[in-house]
Amino acid sequence: MSTLQIRDLRASVAGTQILHGVDLTIGSGEVHVVMGPNGAGKSTLSSVVMGKPGYEVLGGSVTLDGTDLLALPAWQRAQAGLHLVMQYPSEVPGVSLDHVMHEALTARGRATEGLDELLEAEAARIGFAPELLHRALNVDLSGGEKKRNETLQLAVLQPKFAILDELDSGLDIDALRDCARRVEALTNDTGMGALVITHYNRLLEALRADVIHILVKGRIVASGGPELADQLERDGYAAYVPVAEDEPATSGSLDDLFAL
Amino acid sequence: MPVFSPDAVRASAPPDLDRRLAAAERAAAAAMPSAEEEVWRYSRIGELDLESFVPGRARTTVDAPTGVQVAHGGELGERIDDGDAVDLFHELNRAFMDAVVLSVPRGRVVEQPVVVTHRIDAAGTAVFPRLIIDAAEDSELTVVEQFVSPDGLVALVVPRLEVDVAPAARLKYLGVNMLGSSTWSIAHQRALGARDSTTLLATVALGGDYARVRTEARVTGQGASTRQIALYYADDTQMHDFRTLQDHAAPRTHSDLLFKGAVQDHAKSVYTGLIKIRHDAKGSQAFQTNRNLTLSSGAWAESVPNLDIETNDVKCSHASTVGPIDEEQRFYLESRGIPPEIAERLVVLGFFDEVLEQLPVGPLAAQLREQVGAKLRRRAS
Repeated sequence: MSTLQIRDLRASVAGTQILHGVDLTIGSGEVHVVMGPNGAGKSTLSSVVMGKPGYEVLGGSVTLDGTDLLALPAWQRAQAGLHLVMQYPSEVPGVSLDHVMHEALTARGRATEGLDELLEAEAARIGFAPELLHRALNVDLSGGEKKRNETLQLAVLQPKFAILDELDSGLDIDALRDCARRVEALTNDTGMGALVITHYNRLLEALRADVIHILVKGRIVASGGPELADQLERDGYAAYVPVAEDEPATSGSLDDLFAL
Repeated sequence: MPVFSPDAVRASAPPDLDRRLAAAERAAAAAMPSAEEEVWRYSRIGELDLESFVPGRARTTVDAPTGVQVAHGGELGERIDDGDAVDLFHELNRAFMDAVVLSVPRGRVVEQPVVVTHRIDAAGTAVFPRLIIDAAEDSELTVVEQFVSPDGLVALVVPRLEVDVAPAARLKYLGVNMLGSSTWSIAHQRALGARDSTTLLATVALGGDYARVRTEARVTGQGASTRQIALYYADDTQMHDFRTLQDHAAPRTHSDLLFKGAVQDHAKSVYTGLIKIRHDAKGSQAFQTNRNLTLSSGAWAESVPNLDIETNDVKCSHASTVGPIDEEQRFYLESRGIPPEIAERLVVLGFFDEVLEQLPVGPLAAQLREQVGAKLRRRAS
């Protein structure tokens, strides 16, 4: 049983504070969903927890079974058991998926025998064309292929915790179902915990959420069961966004800007 | 007497003496180029003390499969083109050259590559290899030319390549610079492509102290195409200098260029490329891409693309970039648990793979990939 614990996490991008104290505790096998309006800090949260350059941590802590993740570079956070499924996976010309998985397992001191067979099997399971295993990462892939690729890596590396940053953006309904089912199976079979960032309920049809959190202006303002997502679908975020306070003109799109 | 004088030519009593003497006379009268001239801009030509070298010879071997005619020095007769002198180094090459001529007859397809290797092993010498390739009509040929010297050997190589690709012939050439860290190279290449011919000019430059390759690829017949590719990677205080011309002199011709380089430590590189579409070359297409990775803060790369288009109805584009390893690519790999030095190696090898996979000689590409990897590991952090 593992625990990913985020405590009072505060962070800024380019001098603007985005996260104002986020608290989340995720256990093995649990699926926590973070929803929120644009600019709430959802993508910033995932980037800061994974250790993407360009973000400044102002305070708070992120620990995985007591290990201080914020003190580690991204690659060591990954080796500690964290994985980020990116909203916009980078193209890496000339570097193939199978090669990267080989290096990623080797760097963890894990065996690579049978990797080719595993990749083939996972590709088949998730509807990823097997020839793409040997092609450059994400180069010339469709939105759906990119997200299947990301999900496949999750299945090969089997992290303790996965952050899914808008797994549901840029892919069609079939790909979404395939990816969500695979993640759901990993939470059941390997006890992977998941922090799922999304705008839409559709993802949650195949991926069963345990807790829904609502993130507004860099703080979690409400948490509840799956019914909270249904309520948001119906009523929107109006109840959670303070009316009196006008958002500064830039902050609404900040998330999207930096996510690119 | 000046070292590269007509008397020096006479002293070596080569065949073809009169014309060599004439070239030596012209060389004696020619000025030493300087970086003030546009064509030598950014170069290290000002550091070259020609008089500190003496004329010498490389040990040249030619490994040619059946079907290729190989001629050396004395048998050349009238085949050497004396016109079109470009500079002092051209004249010096004409005066002191060791020439090899490769010819493939009409209609002949030669599957195996010809391998020409020049080894330079005498310190203080300047050597002048010339390689002439004649691909007759509808023939097919692949040639690899390698330049090798030991590390620390102070020497100067002035190679010249002349390629003549007859109608519908297919020629692939790969030049490999594996020179030692103290050897200079000032190379000149010229390729002429006749109607419906296809020419590939590939360069891999890993060695040398200062190594320059100037290439003119001219398509002279309708439907001819040329492709130029290069991989260059300089470390320590090396400098690689490329100057390319894609010259379209006939209608519906095609040229494409992909040069990818990296610099690390205090190394430098320069790429200057011109696409020239002459008045008659309607319906032509020309593309040029130069990408450079700067792997250390003390390294420097420059990229200067140019277009000179004299007619309408053409399709041209050029792209050039200079910069460090892409942060997003690095983070993507690191977020998979791959340590930074391995992530960088993957990105750099991936960057070069686009060129390596287009090299005409597969087994050599694997060996060159190894050398690129070794160079990356030597990077001072």
